[in-house]
Amino acid sequence: MSSVVKLDDAWALSPQVALRPESFGALAYHFGTRRLTFLKQPALLRVVRSLDTCACVEEAMEEAEVPAMQRAAFLSALQNLADGDMIRPRELA
Amino acid sequence: MTSTTSLATRFESGLDAPICLTWELTYACNLSCRHCLSSSGRRDPRELSTTQAEAVIDELQRMQVFYVNIGGGEPTIRPDFWHLVDYAVDHQVGVKFSTNGSRITPERAKVLAASDYVDVQVSIDGATAEVNDAVRGPGTFDTALRALENLSDAGFRDAKLSVVVTRHNVPQLDEFKRIADRYGATLRLTRLRPSGRGADVWDELHPTAEQQRTLYDWLKGAGENVLTGDSFFHLSGLGGPLPGLNLCGAGRVVCLVDPVGDVYACPFAIHDQFLAGNVLDEGGFAGVWRGSPLFHELRGTQSAGACSRCAHYDACRGGCMAAKFFTGLPLDGPDPECVEGHAVDLLAASRTIPAASQDHSRPSARRAGPVLVPLGLEPPRRTSPPVHACAESPLAGFEPVVS
Repeated sequence: MSSVVKLDDAWALSPQVALRPESFGALAYHFGTRRLTFLKQPALLRVVRSLDTCACVEEAMEEAEVPAMQRAAFLSALQNLADGDMIRPRELA
Repeated sequence: MTSTTSLATRFESGLDAPICLTWELTYACNLSCRHCLSSSGRRDPRELSTTQAEAVIDELQRMQVFYVNIGGGEPTIRPDFWHLVDYAVDHQVGVKFSTNGSRITPERAKVLAASDYVDVQVSIDGATAEVNDAVRGPGTFDTALRALENLSDAGFRDAKLSVVVTRHNVPQLDEFKRIADRYGATLRLTRLRPSGRGADVWDELHPTAEQQRTLYDWLKGAGENVLTGDSFFHLSGLGGPLPGLNLCGAGRVVCLVDPVGDVYACPFAIHDQFLAGNVLDEGGFAGVWRGSPLFHELRGTQSAGACSRCAHYDACRGGCMAAKFFTGLPLDGPDPECVEGHAVDLLAASRTIPAASQDHSRPSARRAGPVLVPLGLEPPRRTSPPVHACAESPLAGFEPVVS
């Protein structure tokens, strides 16, 4: 079972995952599980890309300019990505 | 978050690169399956060379096409097949290849099990040798199961067991699932298309309306545990949509590259009418994907035509373009297997089934037609008695007197 994504924690893209930007957002492909996932908003792609370099999830959301009222929805989208091993707690990445 | 419906709408207008690209590496095949989509059998002498195939992979890497579905023919027949798989994996292009299993030896299975980036899909079309071998040929069921066993013994996890659903195997759906489970594999069901040699057997093999209902209910029950490659969206009108994108991806999110590098709109549409270009053209594969007038047309607004009055149009989107084309139905009308029965009259009426634009079948598997009897061109073997009733030479048995 994957970890719970919390705003205060440091996360990162999983090592076997590649992102391909598209007009609607991006495709994320996990070479290990051979699973393809759609990031359905460009802002979500920005958040995921910022995870590696930001101290925590909240900072990545700020950098991606996610409005405060949408953060819960983004957190749940990140949780879906975590459940599919697309992103991992940074110490495991 | 945006809903999946609008995502499907975005996909209709096309992506920068395909999500899923099928690459038939060769038309050569050791089998002659009756429903073969690509009428495979004999190798096309113009097949892409190793260097040309590597260049295609380089381009897919640049376009971030994450994986290719390699098929054929039987792709493992190509002498450079394993090299090309390694080359793709080394260039961040994952590979899933379809095989009849004849070359998945225990040794090869061990090598495959060691790679995360390679997925193997073994085809059977019956859950018993009787049903399977009638379509794929004698001994093919045992060969496929041996391949699955070799993979499983080698520790290869989650191979795919690929089945084309036919009139004869709908009653075996549970048994297919049991076979897949036995080998730690995932079952994948796809639709019988009237493409290639499939055109010759479609009337005989495609599931009945009643069986479509059985299949739909079964798929609903199986959910995400059974893969379908988005094959059955034409059945969405029977109830809610099945898992998947539920749209025709031709030229929008999928396409096919054939052994000679020709790019077609989808794997089921190997016909001149759906030919978009060739990977050897100037601009390469990306040029075809982004610039082909055919693909731009497919990404534009499609007319619902005769289906526009149907309440289920939003669910099935008129079904499969290739299925309509190869059964001689109008593209802006119902799918030949329309769940509302709107195609019944059209199929019964006079229609012209388009002639195949290519056929790689070996003579034994060729479409029904005149049987060509080879004439004996060898010089008569005068010294080979006995002369039998079928001797081809009019001079058989004739011994000229040499003075």
